[in-house]
Amino acid sequence: MISFSEVSKRYPNGFEALRNVSFTVETGEMALIHGHSGAGKTTLLRLIAAIERSTTGSVIVNGQDVGRLNDAAVPFLRRNFGLVFQDQKLLFDRSVFENVLLPLQISGFESKAAVRRVRAALDKVGLLDKEKARPITLSGGEQQRLCIARAIVSRPSILIADEPTSNLDMEYAKDIMAIFKSFHQVGVTVLISTHDVELLGGTPQRILTLSHGELTG
Amino acid sequence: MNIWLSYHWHALALAFKRLALIPFSTLLTLGVIGIAFSLPAGIYVFLENVETLSGQFSSGPQLSLFLKLNATQSEVGKTESFLKENPHVASFRFIPKASALEQFKESPGLAGVMDGLEGNPLPDAFVVTAKDVSTETLKTLSRALSELRQVEHVQLDSAWTQRLDALLKLGRLAAWMLSVLLSLLVIAVVFNTIRLQILTMRDEIEVAKLIGATNGFICRPFLYFGTIQGLVGGIVAWLIISLGIHLTDEPVKHLMQLYETDFRLYHLSMGDSLIMFLFSAGLGWLGAWLSVVSHLLKIEPR
Repeated sequence: MISFSEVSKRYPNGFEALRNVSFTVETGEMALIHGHSGAGKTTLLRLIAAIERSTTGSVIVNGQDVGRLNDAAVPFLRRNFGLVFQDQKLLFDRSVFENVLLPLQISGFESKAAVRRVRAALDKVGLLDKEKARPITLSGGEQQRLCIARAIVSRPSILIADEPTSNLDMEYAKDIMAIFKSFHQVGVTVLISTHDVELLGGTPQRILTLSHGELTG
Repeated sequence: MNIWLSYHWHALALAFKRLALIPFSTLLTLGVIGIAFSLPAGIYVFLENVETLSGQFSSGPQLSLFLKLNATQSEVGKTESFLKENPHVASFRFIPKASALEQFKESPGLAGVMDGLEGNPLPDAFVVTAKDVSTETLKTLSRALSELRQVEHVQLDSAWTQRLDALLKLGRLAAWMLSVLLSLLVIAVVFNTIRLQILTMRDEIEVAKLIGATNGFICRPFLYFGTIQGLVGGIVAWLIISLGIHLTDEPVKHLMQLYETDFRLYHLSMGDSLIMFLFSAGLGWLGAWLSVVSHLLKIEPR
């Protein structure tokens, strides 16, 4: 469960990215965070992953107050998440397989089990035949799918995606959204930020709308 | 335990991979570290050899005591008693004038010298070994022996070994000072190598932190990297010294044969070699640790 209680975030330059935001996303729920560029979507996700700390209010993830975690505990919190970034953050000097393997190496997985898991994750996103390729040789859509494979390989309880479709055309974007929905269907909590209203059409999931740092819907 | 081992195995493999990825830079760094270690270690080996060699030419703190030519048998006996009772004397050996003459005649090229002389011109003598090498003890003993009426001359045979000993001490001090300076150089070389790696791998470090890597997980490969560099640098130094010994061993052996001495150059013992490898690996680790603490831990995901 993710819970925000009167959370505000003000950056050192005085910009207030979030103002008194409160909401709860239950375990297994899928929520879309919608808003214009600069509305505070990315800040909200960064607060959940403890990349930023809130100025006021509390962010609770799986019962842990993220703002009160000490630095040593943050990596272990992050292992609960599968993170998908707008700019993918892939390692271009490593193969597709090695990119997906990284979270399992970090968790200290036994190598045979890790290989099985990596192949399963690549199969899930349709990249099994490209495991030896370098990310630079993949298309934008494939790179985003690779990022998703890396996010799901350690079977996280929460999947967080920041604008995962922003650089993709509509067809690829729908593919990506379909992958997220499939994880939601097996009980994973999914939180996706997007500014693309077309992606919201026909989705039965919960939508949180942010405008100028405030939750408006 | 398995997870702990897997973390270390992963870090070690990654460190070797990173070393292999920059072969030229790696060779250059190992060369610098190897040469840096070989200088003080080489001086140490040289000094050890000189000390061993000096030991072959001198059997300890000795004095030669020459009696007067007309010394009687009873005076020889008195001298012997004096030496037995003196607390500074460890042992002594009497060389009668007749034996001295025989030895002299057997010396190559000196046999004919005595033929033109009447009688034995050599005195009775004692070779005295003192209990310790301190200058004070030797001087006290020398003074006491000189005061004996029947004694003609006392010669301090170990004076030159004392001078050599002082020189060796000075040499060892210089080797230590050089070791400290070059150790700092090794730390600086490893520190800078790791710093450059951290700068080029900034994105990778950020990604790893974002997906749950602890500081330990990120630091470990760099620490292994520095340790391997230090250790291999130490091995390179050992090889440089070995090569030096191999090249000079035969000429030195030949020279020593001319002095009728059987002497072979000493190499670093197993214990000394292990200490050098551990020390070099430790310095590599220290350089890496300093670099990691001052650069890597400050990187946070943006």
